[in-house]
Order: sequence, then structure tokens, then C-alpha cells
Amino acid sequence: MTVLTVTRRILLVLGLPAVLFTIWWVATADSTDFYVPPLRTILTAFGDTWTGDRLASDVLPSLLRLTAGYLLAVVIGVGLGLLVGMSRVVRDVLEPVLELFRAIPPPVLVPVIMLFAGIGDTMKVIVIVSGCVWPILLNTVEGVRAVDEVLDDTCRSYGITGSSRLWHLVLRSASPQIVTGMRQALSIGIILMVISEMFAADNGLGFTIVQFQRSFAIPEMWSGVLLLGLLGFVLSLLFRFAENRVLAWYHGLRRAQRNP
Amino acid sequence: MTPPAPASVKTRPAGTGTGPGGALARLGPGGGAALRGLAGLAALVAVLEVLPHTGLVSADYLPPASETGRTLWHLLAEGAFWTALGDTLTGWGLGLAIAVVGGVVAGVAIGSVPVLRAATASTIEFLRPIPSVALIPVAVLLYGTDLRSVLLLVVYASFWQVLVQVLAGIHDVDPVAEDTARSYLLGGWGRMRYVMWPTALPYVMTGVRLASTVALVLAITAELVIGAPGLGREIAVAQTSGAVPRVYALVLVTGLLGVAVNLLARAVERRALHWHPSARREG
Repeated sequence: MTVLTVTRRILLVLGLPAVLFTIWWVATADSTDFYVPPLRTILTAFGDTWTGDRLASDVLPSLLRLTAGYLLAVVIGVGLGLLVGMSRVVRDVLEPVLELFRAIPPPVLVPVIMLFAGIGDTMKVIVIVSGCVWPILLNTVEGVRAVDEVLDDTCRSYGITGSSRLWHLVLRSASPQIVTGMRQALSIGIILMVISEMFAADNGLGFTIVQFQRSFAIPEMWSGVLLLGLLGFVLSLLFRFAENRVLAWYHGLRRAQRNP
Repeated sequence: MTPPAPASVKTRPAGTGTGPGGALARLGPGGGAALRGLAGLAALVAVLEVLPHTGLVSADYLPPASETGRTLWHLLAEGAFWTALGDTLTGWGLGLAIAVVGGVVAGVAIGSVPVLRAATASTIEFLRPIPSVALIPVAVLLYGTDLRSVLLLVVYASFWQVLVQVLAGIHDVDPVAEDTARSYLLGGWGRMRYVMWPTALPYVMTGVRLASTVALVLAITAELVIGAPGLGREIAVAQTSGAVPRVYALVLVTGLLGVAVNLLARAVERRALHWHPSARREG
């Protein structure tokens, strides 16, 4: 019985991807269309292209810039979000300004930031920060605002104030919202990493892929698209793993509330 | 809702600009927030005006707010600007419409059949996080700077937002309501119309709201990077020709467009859900 359920689950998880992969493989097996090379060619190109030198010269710099920009955005977003969220007056004053900045499509900032920061690594990190910071900031503000009043009063009557109140009450209760903001920011960050490199760069994933496209190295270009897709998938998996660890208490609480 | 009457009219200062406290008291809490927000926006404009004059930031990089404003004013008189705005809105609207219809149809089809749902879960989880900008080179090769390039990116990015929300909505259907409908002999269509759809609608609207923002970002990104006609391309052109105030004016337009899209999506959501408890509670 259990063996059967396990096989069934494996079939359900892997069935459709396997079918789709096979269809792609068979449909393009003897494709002569220049733009749609056989999947076999793409996979060979993948192995040749993204191992060895390119890994260090293009993939790594991209990932480092993404990490630096993303982490900076988290620190700035949560920090400012706490400041803004804890005071009603500050929140009222800044809310429309923040909403306007959040509404600006982040890629549009690339040309603007290029004016200030040139086309180096700094520019790309600033671009990533400037796009990622808004969802984190605004979600932190929302989270801080929604701190449970009873808990707040309890903390006050136990004399928990200052940094321990911030750490144990405010940040804790805002963390589900903060994580939501961080999840939105992650996908924006990947987009901006690629776009800033497509615009002006001499290395990086976005740069290399556009280079392949312009020189009509079609299988290599497709392999780059695959790599970007994989990267998005792996990063979201990592994020979910981290979220499940950090917010285990919250998910447990939700489950308990739903089925008492 | 009427704001509470001020305790004493005499304490109100005569000048509106000098006494925000008095004006706040007069307008009540809601009006106070709006006034403070306006003050924040005014402060932003003031900072942007003063910064370039102080020399802290070169005016070549950050033109004073007044100059950006003037450029924006001239922009509004240009026919080309309105054409670009129209192009952007076409890419956005068409892409969003395709994504919403596709997402709802696919979501209902997949969500109402448990086996299908289980079989597609891993594929959806794999395809969804793929950044749609990865498709830029493919779009360029296949469609060039055509509207179809924009649509490819917009639809890919917003489709998943809708689909995932529709699936979540259908999953949320109350089994008791479903069984009740069954025992009242509601057919498949009736259950879909009266049980599934009202449950899923709030989720669908959330998906549409998220998708409308994403669609705008991707439409403008496609124009900026690929060079399809629209506001994004205008920004790229202004940047390469060194017309800095024009870049800022156009960026401001995209921001305002983003705010407008947000407000519109919220209004649509409120209208569609006027019967829903969460909307009625807010009054």
C-alpha cells in the first residue's frame, strides 16, 4: 500500500515534466529551424558553455551582485520600515512618497542610476537595491503597524521596552509580512540583475546571453535562458526552505488556528 | 462620515500654510493623514529642487524639480508622447487581458480536477519562478521590436500570478457548501457558478491586482530593453541622447502610471467584491 502511494506520488511529481521534456526533445529532434535548435544541441551547449571559465567570469559576478544588492535592500528596508512603522506621523508623511517610488517600474531606474554611478558594479548593486527595497520597506511598515495590541500592552506591563521590545515583539510579529516583502523583492532582484547587465556590462549572465543572441549563437543563447530559469527556480526553493525554518512558529500557529 | 466638529473655532490660525495643526484638527484623523501625505510630497519636491542648487548633486545628473516639471509640461504637448503612452497601455492591457483569461480558464480546469491538480503542481512550481526577462533574447529573435515581444513577456509574467491565485481560491471551497449544493442537486455548472466562483473570486481579484502591476513593469521593461515602441523606449532614447530632464519626466510618468494602475485595480477589486464581508467591513 505505502509502496503504491509512494510510486503514485513520484509519478504525479515527475510525470508531466517528463512528458513535456520528451515532447520538446522529440519535436525538435531533427529541427532545421535556425532559431529552434534540437534540445540535444542546447543541452550539449549548456555543458560546454556554463562550466569552467564562464562560471567564474560571468555567473559568479552576477550572483555576487545580486546577493550584495538583495542583502543591502533587506537591511535598509527593514531598518527604515521599523522607523516609519512605529510612528504614525512619520508614516502619514511618507506613505504617498513611498507609494510613488514603489509604483515606478524598477527597470526604469537603470538609466537614471547610470547617470550617477556609471556602468560598474556599484551601479548594478544600487539598481538592485533601489528595486528590492520598496516591497520590503512597505511590508515591514504594514507588519509593524499590525502588531497585536494585547501583546503590546502585555510587553509594556512587564516592562519590556527598547531594543528587547523591538527584537522580541515588533520584529517577531512583523516577520511574516517582512518575509512576504522579501519574497517579492527576490524576483525583482533577479529581473534587475539581468536587466542591468543587458544594459551596460562587460560580464555577467544578462550580458553573456545578449551577446550570444547578437552573434546568433542560438544554442548557447537557449542554454543561457535555461540557466536563468534554473537560477530562478533554485533561488525560490532556497527561499522557501529558509522561510519554513524561520517562520515555522507562524505556519504552525496558522495551522492550529485553522483546525482547532 | 462627517469629521468631528472642532472644539473651538477661535484657536484655528488664519493662514493655512502656517498652521497645519489647526487644519488637522479641523479635518479629523482621515484628513490629517491626507494633509501629512501632501506635506511629504511637497517636501520631496522641495528637496529635489534645492539639492541641485546646493551643488551636492550635479544638476547634470539631477535637474531641479522645476525643470523636470517644465519638461513634463512640454512633453504633454507632444503627439509622440501620447502615442508612446498609448503603445505602453496597449501592451499592458492586451497582455493583462490574455493572462487573466488564460489564467482563469486554466486555473478552473486544473483546479476542479484533483488528479490534474496534483499532476501539474510540480510543473507550475518549476515554471512560475522563471524570470520572464530570461525570455528577452527569445522574444527579440522571434518577434523583433514588435508588440508581440512585449506581449510574450507581459503574458508570461502575469499569467502565473493569476493562475496560482485561482488555484488557491478553488482549493479554498468549503466542503460543506459543496456537499450542500450537491444534495440540493445543483449540477456541475450550478456548483461552479454558485459555490466555486464566489469562493474563488476574492483570490482571482488579488491575482488580477498583482498581475496588473507586474504587467506594467514588464511592458515598460520590454520597451526599454528590446526597443519596442512605448514609454520605455522613450526613456532609453532620452538617456542615450543625454536629455536628462526628459529621462526624469518620463520616469515620473511611469511612476504615476503605476499609481494609477494600482488605484484602478483596487477600485475594480472593490466593485467586484462589494458583497464580500472583507469589503463590507471596511465600509
